Amino acid sequence: MTQYNFAYLDEQTKRMIRRAILKGLAIPGYQVPFASREMPMPYGWGTGGVQVSAAILTPEDRFKVIDQGADDTTNAVSIRTFFERTAGVATTTATSDASVIQTRHRIPEEPLTEKQILVYQVPIPEPLRFLEPRESETRKMHALEEYGLMHVKLYEDISRHGHIATSYAYPVTVEGRFVMDPSPIPKFDNPKLGDMAAIQLFGAGREQRIYALPPYTKVVSLDFDDHPFEASKADHPCGLCGAEESYLDEVIIDDAGGRMFVCSDTDYCERRQAAGHVGKLGGKDAA
Amino acid sequence: MTPLLSVQGITKRYGAHIGCADVSFELFPGEVMGIVGESGSGKSTLLNCLAGHVRPDTGAVIFDTRADGPRDTVTMSEPERRMLGRTDWAFVHQNARDGLRMGVSAGGNVGERLMAVGARHYGDIRDTATDWLERVEVDAARIDDRPTTFSGGMQQRLQIARNLVTGPRLVFMDEPTGGLDVSVQARLLDLLRGLVRDMGLSAIIVTHDLAVVRLLADRLMVMKSGRVVEAGLTDQVLDDPQHAYSQLLVSSVLQV
Ligand SMILES: Nc1ncnc2c1ncn2[C@@H]1O[C@H](COP(=O)(O)OP(=O)(O)OP(=O)(O)O)[C@@H](O)[C@H]1O
Ligand SMILES: [Mg+2]
Ligand SMILES: [Zn+2]
Repeated sequence: MTQYNFAYLDEQTKRMIRRAILKGLAIPGYQVPFASREMPMPYGWGTGGVQVSAAILTPEDRFKVIDQGADDTTNAVSIRTFFERTAGVATTTATSDASVIQTRHRIPEEPLTEKQILVYQVPIPEPLRFLEPRESETRKMHALEEYGLMHVKLYEDISRHGHIATSYAYPVTVEGRFVMDPSPIPKFDNPKLGDMAAIQLFGAGREQRIYALPPYTKVVSLDFDDHPFEASKADHPCGLCGAEESYLDEVIIDDAGGRMFVCSDTDYCERRQAAGHVGKLGGKDAA
Repeated sequence: MTPLLSVQGITKRYGAHIGCADVSFELFPGEVMGIVGESGSGKSTLLNCLAGHVRPDTGAVIFDTRADGPRDTVTMSEPERRMLGRTDWAFVHQNARDGLRMGVSAGGNVGERLMAVGARHYGDIRDTATDWLERVEVDAARIDDRPTTFSGGMQQRLQIARNLVTGPRLVFMDEPTGGLDVSVQARLLDLLRGLVRDMGLSAIIVTHDLAVVRLLADRLMVMKSGRVVEAGLTDQVLDDPQHAYSQLLVSSVLQV
């Protein structure tokens, strides 16, 4: 694959992206504009995350890609293959073995360490976009910390549903300053954003924004005094590994429409099963 | 007594063209000032200069702030000016769509300013919104409906509630009754008059409509070609206009 520079992007582009990343780390939660490049994949496939990964990968890294918690979706496989080909880096599905993890829609269940970097694919980086479409105005609102609109959004949620129904991309305040969209992770994952040992980088390709959370950053989910934030999940144990504390997906298991709840983090679930944990449906589905 | 607002030599040009020129006046707490004049005479330009939406070329707009006393709002920092804009000042647009969030429920529209200044108790915000909808005679049962489902008069009343909920001290209004049916206008005027009196509001009202100033304004300024040609007590100006243009304005000729 000598027709590409290491990790596809040329060194000048990588330096530009690294500068944006460093700026993002210096101002946690602030959206840094960057000149997004065309990548050989559609935007919906996480080109922002891919560019961030390309800029930070080194030949010694071990790379993991998760999509909705799984390593084996088309999207995850193609991004992993892309970097195997263009960077020749080792890859893994094991969270604890990876040094760089690119993700869409989830934070791994296993706590990350200071030796790891988590890269998020972000479709819409602007948390104020829902109520204020003008970019010039949202920029000013961030600059002046005018965040009343975020609570209008939550107010609308409660007035319509009786509770805060926002369950993905749930907005947070970073270090008491910038309001940030954590990308469409379930709000169940929000508490993991704060005080995390690993570096967290967020890349939005189409919108040309990078933002970041350095290790051990204070991250607080927005809420009302009388409607406090709750990191909810389906109230079941995992059908395969019996885990009580992990985020679950509901899956159809047979033609008769039978369903069960299983860990969305497949690596976590498989490890638990390998360690002998069994859920109610574990034996039956194991084949 | 310190004026609430002291306007000193405000001039705004659009290129070579004059928007408004050398306007000065004082507004005292609890006073309502009317600004009348034909289309293009500079009323909106002046109002927008006073409310911080447009930066005047020259002049000062001294507002008696709660915290620091009289301050020139033209030269203060933008964050300070925007803070005034959502606390001590209110701005009622002629077109309710310019002053409302059409995609947000009536309750959310009224609650926005409360949340912008730090209200974080949903139940309290909702109670206050309910109270304000009733004060502006919008059925509280409509609290979760969007303004798109409201009539023009209701939208305008909602805009007023949304502006007054934080207890501002100075309200700017640009043709608040424009574009409404005559009967709807009358009801809105009654409502405005009641609110201004009950809350002891100071206000600056721009209008074409001499009936509006007769009902609401203590004092009146008549503008022509960007300049104030006559100013005084409302009844005095309307009943005994001195300037030829004012005479023309109050005569039936221009009162269409
Ligand atoms: N953004 C602008 N650019 C250039 N000229 C402007 C602009 N806004 C207003 N003007 C001009 O400034 C003058 C004053 O306009 P302004 O809108 O203040 O008048 P007005 O008294 O509010 O009129 P109306 O009663 O029609 O609302 C007019 O000649 C107008 O054409
Ligand atoms: Mg006007
Ligand atoms: Zn499991």
